[in-house]
Amino acid sequence: MYRYDEIDQRLVDERVRQFRGQTERFLAGKLSEEEFRALRLRNGLYIQRYAPMLRIAIPYGLLSTRQLRKLAQITRKYDRSYGHFSTRQNLQLNWPKLEEVPDILAELATVQMHAIQTSGNSFRNVTTDHFAGVARDEIVDSFVWCEVIRQWSTFHPEFSFLPRKFKIALNGARADRAAVAVHDIGLHAVKDERGEVGFRVLVGGGLGRTPMIGVVIREFLPWQHLLTYLEAILRVYNRYGRRDNIHKARIKILVKERGADKFREEVDAEWAQIKDGPATLIAEEIERVAARFTRPAYERLHNEELDAIGVPAFQAWVKRNVHPHKVPGYAAVTLSLKKTGVPPGDVTADQMDAIAELADRYSFGELRVSHEQNLVLADVRQSDLLAVWQEARRLGLATPNLGLLTNIIACPGGDFCALANAKSIPVAEAIQRRFDDLDHLHDIGELDLNISGCMNACGHHHVGHIGILGVDKNGDEWYQIEIGGNQGETRPGAKAALGKVLGPSFARAQVPDVIERLIECYLERRDSEAERFVDVVHRIGIEPFKEKVYGSADQAAARRHRERAVA
Amino acid sequence: MAALIKQRRVVTESAPSPDQGEVLRLEPTDDPASVADRLARVARVEVNFPKFGDGRGYSIARLLRERYGYKGELRAVGHITRDHLFFMESVGFDAFELREGEDPQEALAAFDDFSESYQASVARPQPLFRRRRG
Repeated sequence: MYRYDEIDQRLVDERVRQFRGQTERFLAGKLSEEEFRALRLRNGLYIQRYAPMLRIAIPYGLLSTRQLRKLAQITRKYDRSYGHFSTRQNLQLNWPKLEEVPDILAELATVQMHAIQTSGNSFRNVTTDHFAGVARDEIVDSFVWCEVIRQWSTFHPEFSFLPRKFKIALNGARADRAAVAVHDIGLHAVKDERGEVGFRVLVGGGLGRTPMIGVVIREFLPWQHLLTYLEAILRVYNRYGRRDNIHKARIKILVKERGADKFREEVDAEWAQIKDGPATLIAEEIERVAARFTRPAYERLHNEELDAIGVPAFQAWVKRNVHPHKVPGYAAVTLSLKKTGVPPGDVTADQMDAIAELADRYSFGELRVSHEQNLVLADVRQSDLLAVWQEARRLGLATPNLGLLTNIIACPGGDFCALANAKSIPVAEAIQRRFDDLDHLHDIGELDLNISGCMNACGHHHVGHIGILGVDKNGDEWYQIEIGGNQGETRPGAKAALGKVLGPSFARAQVPDVIERLIECYLERRDSEAERFVDVVHRIGIEPFKEKVYGSADQAAARRHRERAVA
Repeated sequence: MAALIKQRRVVTESAPSPDQGEVLRLEPTDDPASVADRLARVARVEVNFPKFGDGRGYSIARLLRERYGYKGELRAVGHITRDHLFFMESVGFDAFELREGEDPQEALAAFDDFSESYQASVARPQPLFRRRRG
């Protein structure tokens, strides 16, 4: 856990004061609706369908139990005793009162938390691998680099009024668990032949209405130049990114309009002017930041023989929800927030307290929020796994579905969000109910299923192996289905990719049937159990799936003909 | 007449005398490089912020100060409220024409909204991590 120093704390306290003043000026009529909108948004405060929504930052998803208990207390005092973990590793409150938000921020500041830049046209929370620091395939501890970027991107004087929101992801391991290819800037740590750390820099990826896979603009950026290079990219974007049309304002549009080579040239020209300047990083600073992180005091242990524990349900959980750890005798555990019937990512205040208890007892008082909207206990003794499983099960957090079809990513959707065209939570639930046979789920194997309630794509449907998008058809909720999306090379195989639309959309009631047919097609076509759904789609294309769902081309034409005749 | 703040003080402006040189006004789309050779002879440079959230002028200011060495008055005009002042001063503005209705005396406090910043800027040429040493 990063511990604030005096200046970190002071800045957060000053922000609380500033926002309190802004709220008071708005309520007194001294700030217009539009002005206050720009100010409240960069503090995570939306005005939603039923009430304001406050998004609280959880930098790079790392959380202490003290913070989690404070969050539980805040949801009880100011909200309805629950919160929603988002895909950006943040926590959202759906029912705060506008005039109480400054008080909420003041409470957050007491545990080194805030809502700074969780929305608005500014730098957003830097995200990373939820196994940072414990993964066996680690190249660097990405938390340290994320914190360096967090500080650089907090209240940046030149870049606080960007054309649009700006999301940076950083991956510090060999496998990409941070989806770097679908961020405005993606940074993938690499080491050169001399063992020096640097970053592969991708730019212009993103989801939303114009989804794009980022392009590599620098294969190896030595770490010392990280901030000056980011500054060069941002200056080009701040000056030339489009501001006339909100839907064309992300950096991906600028990169596309310029072309990757032209964009790289512009960045390099800008960088040449500031390279080696004062913002050049120094080893001392990296060490200083690293030293402010608390580290688990690991014991010297041996790996356990978990196979010997003859409880099938426990074994199923170990297979899916327990992950290898770089320290012998330890493991990382995912607590699933994807229980059927509960909106994905939702946690009650009581659960938060209970989870804090678990993390205190079994994982050094820390936990992580994953971008798949689950929680991770990163440092559990293998000998404690059975006990952790029993308690997690009692709390409804042990659904053994990590990486499986029912581990659905979904936005809050039409139940809560003013932007949504359609509900996403009932769709997730219907699919989870249809696929409730664990053996069948395990047989299907790894499959990311993501649902967004509108084209803003908060549920990351473009990178789901199966993606579902809520669309509005004359006031009715319909669902378009994409297949073949992939968030990144989480393991060797399919590259980062955007899904392809299968065909005409479906009514909500049809969705589980369609998913079932897609799965049938996959099971018929796969080479072996090792070939995942997404690998099959990339190998054989979407046509066979399309046929399975809509019938043959002839049948589909006949159906369209009938529909037209009826209309 | 909109209220004017210069060097953190509320001032009223008298009409410029002709020998002070011209007033150069830059729009968000203007490239400061194109006026670089005139900067030594101007009375002041104004950078326009047509909208509350238009951030291009921040980069323009920084370039004028850091790359083109402009030392004279740099004035932010347009949709300026107290909420902009801390950032604007950081990137090199020293004069601010506030939008209609904004109380300049109250606005002065906003220069101290934050007592530090992490980044290198015109106001703090060294980033915090270099100033922390020693």
